[in-house]
Amino acid sequence: MHRMSGSGARKRPRAKLIVVEGIDGSGKSIQLHLLDKWLRHLGVLVFNTAWKPSAIMKEVTPKRRRRDLLTPPTLSLLHATDFADRYEREIRPLLRAGYFVLADGYVYEAYATDAVRGCHPRWVRRVYSFAARPDAVFYYDVPVEVGVERALTGRQRLNFYEAGTDLNLSNDEYESYRIFQSRIIEQYKAMASKERFVVMDGTMDMGLQQRRMREYVLGLLPPKLATIASKELNVS
Amino acid sequence: MSSPRTAMAARPIEFFGDGISYLKGREVKGRLIVVEGPDGSGRSTQVGLITAKLESDGHAVVTTGLRKSELMSNSILEAKQSLPLGKRTLTLLYAADCANQLMHKVIPALEAGCIVLADRYIYTLMARSTVRGLPRRWSRDLFGFTIKPDLVFYLDVDPRELFHRVFQKYSGLDYFESGSDLGLSDDLYISFVRYQRMMMKEFRIMGREYGLVPIDANRSVVQVQGDLQRRIDGYLHGRA
Repeated sequence: MHRMSGSGARKRPRAKLIVVEGIDGSGKSIQLHLLDKWLRHLGVLVFNTAWKPSAIMKEVTPKRRRRDLLTPPTLSLLHATDFADRYEREIRPLLRAGYFVLADGYVYEAYATDAVRGCHPRWVRRVYSFAARPDAVFYYDVPVEVGVERALTGRQRLNFYEAGTDLNLSNDEYESYRIFQSRIIEQYKAMASKERFVVMDGTMDMGLQQRRMREYVLGLLPPKLATIASKELNVS
Repeated sequence: MSSPRTAMAARPIEFFGDGISYLKGREVKGRLIVVEGPDGSGRSTQVGLITAKLESDGHAVVTTGLRKSELMSNSILEAKQSLPLGKRTLTLLYAADCANQLMHKVIPALEAGCIVLADRYIYTLMARSTVRGLPRRWSRDLFGFTIKPDLVFYLDVDPRELFHRVFQKYSGLDYFESGSDLGLSDDLYISFVRYQRMMMKEFRIMGREYGLVPIDANRSVVQVQGDLQRRIDGYLHGRA
């Protein structure tokens, strides 16, 4: 494993960092959940981490009024603070200890959303240069309408920043959300080949998606375990 | 007479490194003047005196500093106390606070033509980060989004002298300012002096890199103030 910038960060050879990326409603979380079940069944040490506001962020963001909005660089750095906290506390030590770390959203989510908010792409990448490079990044590609419809089903209200409301993209909250998500998709697509994303068709049958994911992850398992897992996969 | 004879010229906003893309091309009219220096160097006193002087000369002045943002001053303090935050996390939290002040206070004030006086700025944050073992390159890149100051002073005080001043003023040593988190020595005096020397070394390196102006602050408040005023006046009237 190496850091995003290429300088060395050590981890146990058997430790792996597997990331899923995609917009809300892309189905990435459920795929990661299913992968987690499979890895646990195989007896692999697994740890789950998600790109969501932790203690620091919660202390700063709620109850904020429109007039004292968090501006893009502030928001970007608060996300980075949260990530660094999670990284130093969980991700790095667990990789050192030999775990399979499953990350629901990683630095790529920051690259995409921060760029949409107008932060300099090179700056954002340098801020996150301390993060270990994943062994696999699965990108769940869905048309924006599919993602938005899935994400909004059963939800009462949109989170202000999650929905990109701070960007004033539209007076309509839902239209604003749709535009924001479509811009994030553009960002993901632009970085897909450079960051070596494994692009998954998020509209495909979920079982088939999971099978493809597991086939890919076979290559990351220790050889003996991979043989057993491969047999199981072909029987089922 | 040192009152402003002509309005300060507008120029494009200049960032320390990679900036905020959507602000490119915006114009600012004010000036950003920074005073750096350890606690006990007389920094805040000097900033207060400079403010009074500039205001009496007819300049609109806005002061800012680390930990002065309403948004996060509490959370930074609380985070320091309740959670054992990693050094990288803490640096990022300070950077977020800095971004908030920059966007809501410093940039608007510069656009309006004010002189912004910063009681410490990114240099202290970068030095702290480096002294704690984070790569220099990383913190330089991290603070790339900030505005490049027009003038930066560094109040230089001998660490042993500083120790007496800090003890007299606060009747104790600050945990972080004495480098206690670094485990330099069980002897707090030695730890403090070593930590301050490490910080001074970083400031010397940054001084060469970014043209920081060292000010001998072992002298009296009046002498230091005279020195600062002369240099600021010189700068504002093109004699720097």
